[in-house]
Amino acid sequence: MDKFITLQSKAIPLAIENIDTDQIIPARFLKATSREGFGENLFRDWRYNKDNSLNENFTLNNNKYSGKILVAGDNFGCGSSREHAAWALSDYGFKVVVSSFFADIFKGNALNNGLLPVQVTPEFLNVLLTEITEKPDTKLNVNLIKQTISVEGTSFSSKFEIDAYKKTCMINGYDDIDYLLSKKEEIKAFEAKNID
Amino acid sequence: MKKTLFDKVWDTHIVDAVENGPQVLYIDKHLIHEVTSPQAFSELEKRNIPVFRPNQIVATADHNTPTQNQHLPIKDTLSRNQLEQLSSNCAKNGITLFELGHKYNGIVHVMAPELGFTQPGMTIVCGDSHTSTHGAFGSIAFGIGTSQVAQVFASQCLLLSKPKSLRVSVNGKLKTGVLPKDVILYIISKLGTNAGTGYFCEYAGDVFEEMSMEGRMTVCNMSIEMGARGGMIAPDETTFEYVKGREFAPKGESFNKKIAYWKTLPTDEGAIFDKEYFFDAEDIEPMLTYGTNPGMGIKVTGHIPEINDASFEKSLKYMDFKKGESLINKPINFVFIGSCTNSRIEDFRVAANYIKGKQKADNVTAWLVPGSKQVEAQIIEEGLKDIFDEAGFELRQPGCSACLAMNDDKIPQGEYCVSTSNRNFEGRQGQGARTILTSPLVAAATAVEGKIIDITKHLN
Repeated sequence: MDKFITLQSKAIPLAIENIDTDQIIPARFLKATSREGFGENLFRDWRYNKDNSLNENFTLNNNKYSGKILVAGDNFGCGSSREHAAWALSDYGFKVVVSSFFADIFKGNALNNGLLPVQVTPEFLNVLLTEITEKPDTKLNVNLIKQTISVEGTSFSSKFEIDAYKKTCMINGYDDIDYLLSKKEEIKAFEAKNID
Repeated sequence: MKKTLFDKVWDTHIVDAVENGPQVLYIDKHLIHEVTSPQAFSELEKRNIPVFRPNQIVATADHNTPTQNQHLPIKDTLSRNQLEQLSSNCAKNGITLFELGHKYNGIVHVMAPELGFTQPGMTIVCGDSHTSTHGAFGSIAFGIGTSQVAQVFASQCLLLSKPKSLRVSVNGKLKTGVLPKDVILYIISKLGTNAGTGYFCEYAGDVFEEMSMEGRMTVCNMSIEMGARGGMIAPDETTFEYVKGREFAPKGESFNKKIAYWKTLPTDEGAIFDKEYFFDAEDIEPMLTYGTNPGMGIKVTGHIPEINDASFEKSLKYMDFKKGESLINKPINFVFIGSCTNSRIEDFRVAANYIKGKQKADNVTAWLVPGSKQVEAQIIEEGLKDIFDEAGFELRQPGCSACLAMNDDKIPQGEYCVSTSNRNFEGRQGQGARTILTSPLVAAATAVEGKIIDITKHLN
């Protein structure tokens, strides 16, 4: 897993609430058996029109916006547990997703793939959306060590929460398998005592 | 200390804990399918880690399987490849697989309970968000991502922080024509799609106590649609009776010992929940959804609310509905009865009971997709297939089918589908398809009439 410590980047606004993982990556693209290449179909049915031409109105296709941070509406990543959603966002180039609320499974999947979910208040989310929509060249600073997200060149700044263990994993690029394998003896002892 | 059902099951599965961090939770049963497992197998192979407890894993093929001509080779190359990978991964690692065509094949959340793999007091995971279904037995069951599938392969454990507790109580007597699906659609319509995020939900009260196991599974199945990782119902005589004698359930003295333990699991009187909601059964009517998330539900005879909000309006625009509109008499061309929510025998009995002696409307394409080979066999054995055939309905072969439209079972662009599945997201049943979620009864009536009707006026 890639390490994450700090990031300064422009950001892309997507002010829609309840974005489910079916929108992030539709089921018909889940037939692949590797983790790579899902970025191509990220937000497929919003990015492309019915005739497969580019939907010029969609934020990812708007030349004004670019960057490694996606700023999205409330309850991001609800629905299906497909980790392909996190893979698609990473594969497209995103390192951070900001929202005022994340669905549980998506949040876990993102953290397991070095994609940082940054949860802010609805008020601060509005500030961010306004800033980056009106001034697309605005850069955001995300600092995982200090757990802050701020708007470069302004006083807008906010703290965000992250599980201390997950923070250490992200900073060092560790994943849970390493930790769990180190607990093999405890797991075997648990089985001996509890499993008939 | 007074404990909840959830606490009791969770606490007995803790192996260890990270200091000031998550706990190491032992997983009793790991269910896998073709879509969310291949990358986990490759991850282990890449890192040269063996599958730790293959005997605790059960595999089935369901998401990506055709529902017609299952005996023929699968035409779609990618789908075929995915199923072949599942078969070879299971063979290589000594994992029991009920592949396409096997008499026990079916949707993972239908076949596992049916075969007795699902039991009270267990921890159960699967790379599928509707794993919450198995909570109907009083087990902790939840969906996981593929990285976590790999973690369970490697260690039979997961690193998790204990979720908060939520209880939804529904007391009273349900009206005629109100099914378990209506109960859960009603609850989600009241609480919204993220009320349960960060929580594990227990359903309590007369309504769930009196419900069959199949009904309880329908309710727990949709817990994730209000954001809850899982839902649970206390095990009782109904549960024990269901589990008893199933192929992979404990037998004889071992079963009796289990029952004695299972009886200790229900929430202690006076245990405290972080959040509680109460509803009256009498307030619940047959339901349908009008929008693009499962929280956008109203009673069948209701009107779409008038809310001024950009996301709400985007949703209505996609559905081509108007604020204040009633959906009664709305013409419908597609009906789907199936999915891990409503594809069990009771669902088909309800549908057949309504359909018997009637004819499907000419404008309607109606797909009935059983949840498993065993359900399919039972439909035939009970004579329900004859009723469906005579009425012009098409009984297909088991699988997830048009619930997520990964296979060829897609609803065309712009068409409405009255569906017994669990998600009405944009494009869920096919690009541009518009989903209306209902119970199997409302779906059957829609297929017969060719439009949405007030079902309460059509019941004896």
